[in-house]
Amino acid sequence: MSSAAAAPVPRYLLEARGVRKSFGTTEVLKSVDLLVEPGKLVFLIGPSGSGKSTLLRCCNRLEEPDGGSIIMDNVDLLSPRTDINAARRQIGMVFQSFNLYPHLTVQKNITLALRKVVGMSTADANARAAEMLALVGLPDKAASYPAQLSGGQQQRIGIARSLALNPKIILMDEPTSALDPELVGSVLAVVKDLRDRGITMVIASHEMNFAREAADKVVFLDGGLVIEHGSAENIFLRPQEERTRRFLAQIRH
Amino acid sequence: MTAADAMSNWDRFVFTFFNADIAMKYGWEILQGAGITILAGLAVVITGISAGFGLAALRAIGGKPVNFFIIVFVDIFRSLPPLAIILVLFFGFPNIGIVLPSLIVLWMSLSAVLAAFAEEIFWAGITSVPKGQWLAARSTGLTFAQTLRYVILPQAVRLGIPPLTNRAISITKNLALGSAIGVNEILGRANSALSMSANATPLTMGALLYVLVFIPLVIASRTLERNYRWGEH
Repeated sequence: MSSAAAAPVPRYLLEARGVRKSFGTTEVLKSVDLLVEPGKLVFLIGPSGSGKSTLLRCCNRLEEPDGGSIIMDNVDLLSPRTDINAARRQIGMVFQSFNLYPHLTVQKNITLALRKVVGMSTADANARAAEMLALVGLPDKAASYPAQLSGGQQQRIGIARSLALNPKIILMDEPTSALDPELVGSVLAVVKDLRDRGITMVIASHEMNFAREAADKVVFLDGGLVIEHGSAENIFLRPQEERTRRFLAQIRH
Repeated sequence: MTAADAMSNWDRFVFTFFNADIAMKYGWEILQGAGITILAGLAVVITGISAGFGLAALRAIGGKPVNFFIIVFVDIFRSLPPLAIILVLFFGFPNIGIVLPSLIVLWMSLSAVLAAFAEEIFWAGITSVPKGQWLAARSTGLTFAQTLRYVILPQAVRLGIPPLTNRAISITKNLALGSAIGVNEILGRANSALSMSANATPLTMGALLYVLVFIPLVIASRTLERNYRWGEH
């Protein structure tokens, strides 16, 4: 990859370096770098407990890192002067268990932050919600409650909710692993569509076929460290590290 | 010698508990007591639940000293028998120069007890909302206070409704304790009619009125529980 030295935009949209995080005496992230170029889709793989979720949550400070630096689009997320609530608007997040608000309709799930954080009028926010629902292929679900939707539909609403804020990057924490196999495809189709629209994403996921098709970069995390990173091609077909090979062998079976 | 001596057991039973003359004589008075019970009950439910909700929200916002006082208040008023609180306020407080009307004492005591239980119920609701709800809301830039208000509390209220309605009913029934300090609610009036008439019919009427007052509440609580499901079938 050639770096465009004259480009006015920074090379990395998200630049996390040396991120450390412990829970009690357990060191979940030992010193992790995660570099994401604008418009790219980065896949984060690794065994459960390897720190994928924690790393993603550190990137919008849902978890407070113990050390390291995280720069998002030239904003130092760890600086005490940074308004983290404003910064989080720029960082969408999609969760394994969707985390839709069960007491609100789909429309209100999407518009809550638009109205309360962005300050949009209800009419504008509803229009934006309709636009997002069309984008994820669920234009007729605005009035439904989350409990009335399938898991795949709920996750697409989760994506619509984060996308509505027009974030610079979307972090997805195992977006398909809580879904029945036949529902995975509909969610991945939406992700693919977002990628084609040039939306930057970091996805913790084991959907290897999808990664090979869509990921610009794969990062393998184990024991709180990045063991190996590279193109999907290289990581999946020609892994250099023994731990990577062992992990891939496990998830293929 | 009274007429009752010559009666059969059944007649004596009817004469004692279902005496039409006595009912006519004291009915209106006891019915007025029902009015007081209903108004005082509404006041207790509104005050107690609002105060409990406020305390739970305050506890969620945090601050160690504040939480300490809330927990102390809640634990004390959950463990004290309501009658003890009523008697202390009514017979004890005048000794330190605070004289409160009996109806106010009754309202304050039961509201405090309901507030304590309601706080615990709302707090349990707040803590049982999954952590993912906080994460999702905060990740969209909502502040802690906004998340609490728009995402967490509405769910905590829903989780709290079944135990809360039960608790509100069982505490409001304690309005009958007002008879011990001369509040003219149902039981107070029935009790004085009992002493005047030397007949238990006023008590029967009182019991009947309690049922009439509280049955709609029980039914309303069931409807409330049903209507508080969001799209679940």
